Amino acid sequence: MITTIGAIVRGDHEVFPPYLYDAYRSTIKRSPRLPLVDVPLTLSERTGPGPAISAITPEDADLTSNAGTGGEAIGQRIIVTGRVLDERGEPVPHTLLEIWQANAAGRYVHRADQWPGPLDPNFLGIGRCLSDASGTYRFLSIRPGAYPWKNHPNAWRPAHIHFSLLGPSWVSRLVTQMYFPDDPLHALDPIFNAVPAAARPRLIARYDHSVTEPEWALGWRWDIVLRGPDATPFEADQASQVSQATITTAKEDAR
Amino acid sequence: MSATAPTTESATPGIAPSQTVGPFFLNCLLREDARRNTLVQPETAGERIRIEGRVLDGDGEPVPDALVEIWQADATGRYHHPAGMSASDRAAAQPAPTFIGFGRAGMDDAGAYWFETIRPGAVPFDADPADQSGRMQAPHISVMVFARGLLNSLATRLYFADDPANDADPVLALVPAARRETLLARCVSSDGRGAVYRFDIILQGAGETVFFNF
Repeated sequence: MITTIGAIVRGDHEVFPPYLYDAYRSTIKRSPRLPLVDVPLTLSERTGPGPAISAITPEDADLTSNAGTGGEAIGQRIIVTGRVLDERGEPVPHTLLEIWQANAAGRYVHRADQWPGPLDPNFLGIGRCLSDASGTYRFLSIRPGAYPWKNHPNAWRPAHIHFSLLGPSWVSRLVTQMYFPDDPLHALDPIFNAVPAAARPRLIARYDHSVTEPEWALGWRWDIVLRGPDATPFEADQASQVSQATITTAKEDAR
Repeated sequence: MSATAPTTESATPGIAPSQTVGPFFLNCLLREDARRNTLVQPETAGERIRIEGRVLDGDGEPVPDALVEIWQADATGRYHHPAGMSASDRAAAQPAPTFIGFGRAGMDDAGAYWFETIRPGAVPFDADPADQSGRMQAPHISVMVFARGLLNSLATRLYFADDPANDADPVLALVPAARRETLLARCVSSDGRGAVYRFDIILQGAGETVFFNF
């Protein structure tokens, strides 16, 4: 299939997806078409709100029970943990991680998700925690299911968990998704494939048996590297090489 | 590993790419204690303002599932953040603890977002406290937009159309003159509760908002 890939990208073109990626239909009317304006990192971008939410409880990180019903979510119990790091590999403590996900059957608790997958009354699919002094975060959840969407005929999103990170600065603000390895839906998913190929593996957690707890839950490890406030500003001359035109290339992803 | 092996080599997986926020973030990012339409407390110092606007797509239609976040300095131009302050700065002039400066809003039933905040002060250009140039930026609010269909967030800034300091702002100066007005919030009303500024964010097409790369 022929996919038009926009040339307008914020951040490193080899890491970040373009705004226009027409295999993902929702980008077509929502992507800017004029060049981004390159600006240096000023005090406004090198500072940031920090966690901004103070009332986080340990229960917030347990998606298997935080629906408050007294019951447990149905599904394969998983531990998702890792470290939030800066580009030098230094830990980024005190970062707010907010996550949301579908239930084991692939259904979200949201009025816009109406496909006939079953809801689980004991699963809200939301969690949050702060990274600790070593940058480590940890959630207990259930493995999300794949789910259908209307992007193209017979479209299914691979299983994933949405992550939002409020790091140390405005430039490090990140919203992304974590995937599970060896999912045949990866190759068919335009959202995943909008990321340049070399950077896609960064979105995939790895199974870690040392995280797995016997008779309890399977362990997945996913480290997240944020841009730091010391990031090199995007070079103006590099930006000038970016054409406003879009390029068209053959892709094997979504039909 | 030998003792002489370079220690600067990092084993990080590399910067994490962004992915879209998708359509299903409501219960998480906009739960009651996670949304931040109101940035002010009764004790917050500064001139109260309200910011209102819509996020519009390439057809001029409101984007009902957008998320807007803002980050700003307090009325004296200080960010609630240690960066850029010397130790004596921090000791002498802590940022107002009654103002964090972070806002997060979804769209209401009319397809609009709003924030109740204060007019920020002018802020230094450079983060380096050793910088003696004294370069300042005009009062502004950093804005980030997330939505289904945005594979990465869009970064822009809100400036105040009625502020003469805009003429000397070093970031506005990088914006083509004909497009600067897309960054100017305009006062649409003012009463006892403060000025209301309108700031529509146009993702695409006529009047497309200037978005930044940093």
